[in-house]
Amino acid sequence: MNLNELTISQSLVGLKKKEFSSLELTKACLRQIKNQELKINAFVSITEEKAIEQAKKADLLISKGTNSPLIGVPVSIKDNFCTKNIRTTASSKVLDDFIPPFNATVVKLLEEAGIVMLGKTNLDAWAHGSSTETSDFGSTKNPWNTNFLPGGSSGGAAASVASNETVFAIGSETAGSIRQPASWCGVVGLKPTYGRVSRYGLIAMVSSLDCPGPIAKSVEDCALVLEVLAGKDSLDATTSDRAVPKYSKSLNNSLAGIRIGVSDEYFDGVDEEVNEKIQEAVKILEKLGAKIKKVKLFPPKYAIAVYTILQRSEVSSNLARYDGIRYGKDRSYFGEEAKRRIMLGTYTLSSGYYDQYYNKAQKVRTIIMNDFDKAFKKVDLIVGPTSPSTALPIGSSKNHPMFGEMSDALVEPSTIAGLAGINVPCGFSKQRLPIGLQIFGPQFSEERVLNAAHKYEQTTDWRKYKPSL
Amino acid sequence: MSYKPVIGLEVHVELKTKSKMFCGCSTDYFGKKPNTHVCPTCFGLPGALPTPNKIAIEWCIKIGLSLNCDIPLFSKFDRKNYFYPDLPKGYQISQYDLPFAHNGFVKLKTDENKTIRIRRVHMEEDTGKLIHGIVNGKKASLIDFNRSGVPLVEIVTEPDFESAEQVNEYLQKLQQIIRYLEVSDADMEKGQMRLEPNISLKKSHPEQREEYRDSSSVIRRPQNDIPTYKVEVKNINSFRFVEKAIHYETERQRKILEGGKTPVQETRGWDEKRQITFSQRIKEQEMDYRYFPEADIPPFRWTKSQISRLRSQIPEMPDKKLKRFNDDYSMSGYYSEILTRERKMAEFFEETVKIGKKYNINAKKIANTIINKKIDANSILPAALVQSIIKQSKKTVVDEEELKNIALEVFRKNPKAVDDYKKGKNQVIGFIIGMMKREIKKPVENNQLKEVIENLLKIQ
Repeated sequence: MNLNELTISQSLVGLKKKEFSSLELTKACLRQIKNQELKINAFVSITEEKAIEQAKKADLLISKGTNSPLIGVPVSIKDNFCTKNIRTTASSKVLDDFIPPFNATVVKLLEEAGIVMLGKTNLDAWAHGSSTETSDFGSTKNPWNTNFLPGGSSGGAAASVASNETVFAIGSETAGSIRQPASWCGVVGLKPTYGRVSRYGLIAMVSSLDCPGPIAKSVEDCALVLEVLAGKDSLDATTSDRAVPKYSKSLNNSLAGIRIGVSDEYFDGVDEEVNEKIQEAVKILEKLGAKIKKVKLFPPKYAIAVYTILQRSEVSSNLARYDGIRYGKDRSYFGEEAKRRIMLGTYTLSSGYYDQYYNKAQKVRTIIMNDFDKAFKKVDLIVGPTSPSTALPIGSSKNHPMFGEMSDALVEPSTIAGLAGINVPCGFSKQRLPIGLQIFGPQFSEERVLNAAHKYEQTTDWRKYKPSL
Repeated sequence: MSYKPVIGLEVHVELKTKSKMFCGCSTDYFGKKPNTHVCPTCFGLPGALPTPNKIAIEWCIKIGLSLNCDIPLFSKFDRKNYFYPDLPKGYQISQYDLPFAHNGFVKLKTDENKTIRIRRVHMEEDTGKLIHGIVNGKKASLIDFNRSGVPLVEIVTEPDFESAEQVNEYLQKLQQIIRYLEVSDADMEKGQMRLEPNISLKKSHPEQREEYRDSSSVIRRPQNDIPTYKVEVKNINSFRFVEKAIHYETERQRKILEGGKTPVQETRGWDEKRQITFSQRIKEQEMDYRYFPEADIPPFRWTKSQISRLRSQIPEMPDKKLKRFNDDYSMSGYYSEILTRERKMAEFFEETVKIGKKYNINAKKIANTIINKKIDANSILPAALVQSIIKQSKKTVVDEEELKNIALEVFRKNPKAVDDYKKGKNQVIGFIIGMMKREIKKPVENNQLKEVIENLLKIQ
């Protein structure tokens, strides 16, 4: 086994036992990046020098017995997180030359935890999309089959993990941007509750929904990363001051008696192959002791409409600061997708339309939240497919302005309710493309979500399959 | 046909909190090197987030309470979207439909029973500042972000003013209240208080009732005859100019109306040199700011006890204090008015009265001293003032008859001096005063002695 294939927990054990150094681990990742990047294009920037420097520092600290939670472990960071003195583009040419003078809180916390940063990963420009095809730096390819899309917007992050270019990745999700690419790339992606992880320094798409989260090779790794990231941040007024549990300690709790809901509404228009694998996964959860219950939920299609309006509205405002005065490139550098969203969002917020669109969307959002509240009185968790399909071929998003909304249909309802959810691999299609199971729960139920996902993952062998690159 | 001005006022007040509205940068920017009081948040950098300044919000609510406003228990920030180079985010964080305070009023004195209704008091952030100059021989516009994000409170009245004088009185009063609260120095020259009157004219119907109270005791105005246009005047940096601008505008608009036309709805600037207003921007319709809730800041839910705690922290306001001074110290309104103009002076006066009581010095005596001797409350302590009053009063205890006798005795012993004086050598009076003092052996004012001497010698 190559070092770059290790999970976080394996890396930490090996580093502690001095089986290898952080420098060796880091170099293994950098080698893989060099070998795979022409094919995969997961990175916008590779920060080799910084990585080597951080790895050496980590080795020194390890030799002194320092015990930081992620010490010496390489990570890739989605390029919409500000990194001090390192170019941060959000995959848009508008920010081609932007070098932030500050670190996102997530980056700061990771550095304090001892990580080694390999580089910045590709995304749909401004995180607008579910394919990475709208990136101004070229599309990322799916490591399982480079003729297919990795999903998005954290497509670079998910592909960097699936191709073992890194040990883990940091992505961000607004509606599906962690879970959907994790599903299409066959890795684990955790979308925490809105407000659980600080957004400070994350280039805003939808301020009321954006949420940073880990993409990794195992559920345990996601738990370890969340322990580092979660918590109140004085720089983000929307973060919660709830206590942060030791997520990794409760992963092996029994699922006996846990009530898991399955909703027919989440299987509408889902590929047959995907459907089959999800049903198999539900059976495994049942064998693990969970009580499976049918729940009736609001059809996801309403969430798409709500999400589209809220998202376009906030996007039109959040992109206003790129006015051509400060970042070197004017607004003509915006791509088609950003321009479409700005126009639609400007329209939905205009006087005379505000009540009809934005306000109405907020009202429906409340109805959807209440619907979940009701459902979570009957069940502890809800499971279903993460995406209606497996990865789609390169080019699929072109000329489909609603591509993202449709491929994220099944994660949008939980997103607009700010819930916690995870994607965990649950099989492959006949084309050998990964299929993903989503498990989500109420706000701040990460412990339960991770516990169920971990038990499922450990009972199955899906994590052991790797793409042949 | 005669016309009557309809004037509403928007006043911006910069709060003197230590840090800015949404970040930790210092607000002490005035006269500082450009772009030295900045951070990712007030620069509006990608990913940077606003975190609200609690003190600023409390001060905004205190201003609202002092203007007799209701404080809604639910409030929030909104984004006001517009492009301008001094606005780094492309939107200003402000408040739209749920301001921190609304429905207040201020009573004017000069016009009996005139009440100015306060529509709202809301919190927002200041913008950066554009500086137009020459850089390397080329015309350039530069941006200084030091002011970006400084807390601003906007106080909006209903269009209730009917004259420039009423506006002036309101502004004096508002400034006084702000200073009493110690939330801003409200210095116009430093831009800490900015005025934007909007002015229009309506036909005057002298018989029409000006206002009435509806069943819920809310003051209402008749809705007819509201002008169809509104002219906003900006860049006014003194109370005097606001009066002048209003006078100028009402004349200008009257002439247009008398010519059978309607003035254009627009924003005009005030030209200090020429003492006129000039057209800046024609506003045919209201700007669409596409307001929507600021998701980066959770909404505020106050409890009644939080609001009453803030209310209890508000010092006695000038009106109340003035009335109390009249009553408690049985002083003339004029004296009370002077003593309550500034909170510091009023407190100084009362402190002095308290100490003076121990020495049987009454409040009137103290008020007299403070006003007539133009005592500066910042340069003397109340106890020191009391001591100086005691000293003064001791000097005057010498009996006039006794002084006369002493003077006559000195004259008798120094006939040459008396002769010299009579010949016109006025300076010899100093010698006589000195001789008298030697006899009196008590502190006594020279002026009093001089008077006695002069009177006696005049008779002789």
